[in-house]
Amino acid sequence: MSTLLSKKYVFSKGIDQYFTGIHDAYKFTLLFFKEVTKRPFHFREVVHQSFEVGIKSLALISLTGFIVGIVFTKQSRPSLEDFGATSWLPSLIGIAIVKALGPLVTALICAGKVGSGIGAEIGSMKVTEQIDAMEVSAINPFKYLVVTRVVATTITIPILALYCSFVALYGSYLNVHTEETSSIISFYQNAFKSISFLDIFSALARSVVYGFTIGIVGCYKGYNAIQGTRGVGKAANQAVVLAMFLVFIEEIIIVQIVNWIRFF
Amino acid sequence: MDKQKLHSINYNESVISINGLYKAFGDLEVLKGIDFNLFKGENVAVLGKSGTGKSVLIKILIGLLKPDKGEVIVLGKNVEELDRKNLDALRLRIGFSFQNSALYDSMDVYQNLAFPLTMNVKNLSRKEVDNAVEEALDAVGIIDKIHEMPSELSGGQRKRIGIARTLILKPEIMLYDEPTSGLDPVTSTEINKLINEVQELYNTSSIIITHDLTCAKNTSNRTAILLDGRFMKVGRFDDVFDTDDAQLKGFFNYNFIQ
Repeated sequence: MSTLLSKKYVFSKGIDQYFTGIHDAYKFTLLFFKEVTKRPFHFREVVHQSFEVGIKSLALISLTGFIVGIVFTKQSRPSLEDFGATSWLPSLIGIAIVKALGPLVTALICAGKVGSGIGAEIGSMKVTEQIDAMEVSAINPFKYLVVTRVVATTITIPILALYCSFVALYGSYLNVHTEETSSIISFYQNAFKSISFLDIFSALARSVVYGFTIGIVGCYKGYNAIQGTRGVGKAANQAVVLAMFLVFIEEIIIVQIVNWIRFF
Repeated sequence: MDKQKLHSINYNESVISINGLYKAFGDLEVLKGIDFNLFKGENVAVLGKSGTGKSVLIKILIGLLKPDKGEVIVLGKNVEELDRKNLDALRLRIGFSFQNSALYDSMDVYQNLAFPLTMNVKNLSRKEVDNAVEEALDAVGIIDKIHEMPSELSGGQRKRIGIARTLILKPEIMLYDEPTSGLDPVTSTEINKLINEVQELYNTSSIIITHDLTCAKNTSNRTAILLDGRFMKVGRFDDVFDTDDAQLKGFFNYNFIQ
């Protein structure tokens, strides 16, 4: 029998790969926490990557946040009108956007734009031996490529989420303003009246977790890319799918934790 | 051209010593007991067909791959016993030229060369970095491409820049992985000449992984034939192929010598 056919697996090829993949991802994440505290810190590269993640995503985040604000207001108004409660519109929009939609929409957009970019860039560096070239030049590629990008996404995505919420509220205000005369200050005051410090803190904490997840998943998939250019495309694609999936799982868990804290 | 006359070699000082080296990937045994010494100032070409483990061998030498069994001593250090810090210190003394050059796509030629220097040598002034980059580019004869991106360079130019990037750290040992693969005969001849110039100028000892007999003949002081995971024959190029062995004859006849 050929060596390929005689290869032994504990369960099957797919199941074995699934579990070794989880183990590898776990080790990859642990390595990040080990390396992030060690010198050198590559501050300049962190700033560069933050620019790549933050500034270059601003246009897309602005457009999406603005549209979400308008659409959500348009969809909510008829329901509130039925109860004669349109004055609650700013509060409803504030709660929905700041607590839920802002962080989630930002995370999903960044998973698509930033996560795929990181997966493709690092994957391309892997298959063209650029990562090995760093290694043989006595440069720690994990620290230079992975740590800097994950730190950048973890810092930048919460800022983008806050920005997205403000833009969405502005979109909502413009929509409200077309129907009834109201000042932007009173709209924002009403919107934030129903939001507690815990709400803003939990929104930021969630964004930090999403940012970390998007960065680490993109880097992990890119760093483990194989099979040449086909592997690069696969890494970028898997980075997006896995990051989005994990963001939704984290959303459920964090909301449960925040509700539990609120209860006590 | 008699390569033996080009350079003085110290046959009493071994810079790389390999003893009983084994490496397998799953069930596939690639290296099956390699014993070899590279002497100071010497260029050795390792010849062999594709997939015989030539690149695996030099990746083990620089610590990119771990051997399954055996000992690899480079510049007096056992590579497998080194921690990250000491391995990096050793790597600074070795230049590795990749088969596909492995230039950083997002950086121009200047940044490609300055990057390993500034990451490893602290507190260099801009002027010192500029001088080092210009010196390395001058050595490979391609200084006019300093502000171009890797995507704008030809295959031969990329090879030269890849070699210049290793020279900027003034290595004692050079490891060339298929330096002439994918190049036309004229450019290949230029790269062969460059390998000899690097040996002269930087007093390096080199291992040249190749399946190009012309490259082996023109750049090596000794040639080693890697077949079935072992060095089948090591010696001067002409002596290695002065044989009745059918396998060696077959390999020799398969290739074209200029």
